[in-house]
Amino acid sequence: MDLVRNLFGSTIGRKLLMAVTGVVLIVFVIGHLVGNLQVFEDPDRINGYSHFLQSLGPALWAARIFLLVCVALHIWAGTVLAIEARRARGAESYAVKKWIQATVASRYMRWTGYVVLAFILYHLAQFTVGVAQPGTFKANLPHYTMKGAYRVLGVEVVRAGTDVLDVRSMVILGFGNRLVAVFYIVAVGLLSLHLLHGADSLFQTLGWRNHRWARGLRVVVTVFCAAYFLGNLAIPGAALLGVLH
Amino acid sequence: MTTPKTFNVTVRVWRQVGPGREGRFVEYPARGVNPDMSFLEMLDVLNDELAARGEEPIAFSHDCREGICGTCSLVINGKPHGPNHGVASCQTYMRSFRDGDRIVVEPFRARAFPVIKDLVTDRSAFDTIQQAGGFITARTGSAPEANAAPVPKHVADLAMDAAQCIGCGACVAACKNSSAMLFVASKVSHLGLLPQGQPERDSRVLAMVSTMDGLGFGGCTNQYECSAACPKLISHDFIARLNRDYTKAVFRSAFKPEPAGGGET
Repeated sequence: MDLVRNLFGSTIGRKLLMAVTGVVLIVFVIGHLVGNLQVFEDPDRINGYSHFLQSLGPALWAARIFLLVCVALHIWAGTVLAIEARRARGAESYAVKKWIQATVASRYMRWTGYVVLAFILYHLAQFTVGVAQPGTFKANLPHYTMKGAYRVLGVEVVRAGTDVLDVRSMVILGFGNRLVAVFYIVAVGLLSLHLLHGADSLFQTLGWRNHRWARGLRVVVTVFCAAYFLGNLAIPGAALLGVLH
Repeated sequence: MTTPKTFNVTVRVWRQVGPGREGRFVEYPARGVNPDMSFLEMLDVLNDELAARGEEPIAFSHDCREGICGTCSLVINGKPHGPNHGVASCQTYMRSFRDGDRIVVEPFRARAFPVIKDLVTDRSAFDTIQQAGGFITARTGSAPEANAAPVPKHVADLAMDAAQCIGCGACVAACKNSSAMLFVASKVSHLGLLPQGQPERDSRVLAMVSTMDGLGFGGCTNQYECSAACPKLISHDFIARLNRDYTKAVFRSAFKPEPAGGGET
């Protein structure tokens, strides 16, 4: 089919796949961060939120599979494009290389991408599967009893008195390992740098960019990335400083 | 009138005897350089000296020497067409350099632009892309009435901005992916913006992009080195327009109704 061939087989098609999957992943990381920031509130909040997500069952798995497909497509398209680009450059490279206006973030997309991938794998191993740091994994910690109900849009989704996994303690104890906390901070810093180019670049790929609002877009993306970094820095940062306990 | 003060530079040039052969850098002193010489004139003088000594002159591409033909193709100190903004190599003057400078001159580097000799590259890949879709269908014979197809002023201006592309290939040379997106975007836009270019609009963008990919140019990673190196300052906004045009064409071509095809065997 022409549509599939053009989308997966052409350079522009693959860039479109990168942009669209990038949008999905950006929306996910924003939601993920907003949800996680509940760790700063009463333990009922983050633990109730986590129990609610777990209770979604098949819907949770559908979301997980959708996100994994997006990550896989993003990596596949990026890898193919990078291999093609290297081949396109030819055997001989320039003796003098000079960047004219490429942003710093744009020059290290592959490298920041590698670190983000390693981070995602560790993050899943630590907080979802429990392979890394099993001693502080939620399933191995005493359960938490909800003091009040957890509501989503005013609807009660977790009742008071429910026995739930203690996600809040897992996060705080997990970041008790300073090396892990520092790795998280570095990784989300590089993810923010990845997004600094990616979130701007995707508008160009989708064809929704021109010089008139490029500057405004740049400002919005920069503010977003800075806010995203600070939000993500807050959790391991607070654990390191002993603010979260 | 005072005679401009001449100066000396060292030129480090890529020398390669033929296609597929191993090349290397050779340094030549260029003495008594007049600051008002163009870069190519400096090479001409250097070549005269080399010829007088019985050495092989440095091969480089040139034609109009006024920045409109797109033949010259030097990477000077790591930037296609040299240090200045919005000019071709032929419009780069020696006053851009200082006494004692060591100037590195390389050919455009891309797999799709193989080196023929020294600084001369084969850029016929651009012709192949152009032939794939860079045309319109027009009635032959008498010229049509110029005002028959009204074109708004801002559209005409934009089309002319895109049409400024001289096909030199600096965009490819500047891109770390050797992407030809700015070239293709210019060609697709200058025809696609005008009413005369509408009948082939979708088939043009599909054919030109597929030919570009087939020739081994890389993809665009939106670093905009191309537009910064372009001697005609063509904006990368045209690349966004190409992406938009391509996406629309891909979906339109996938879902367009097919003619009944009566009479076909």
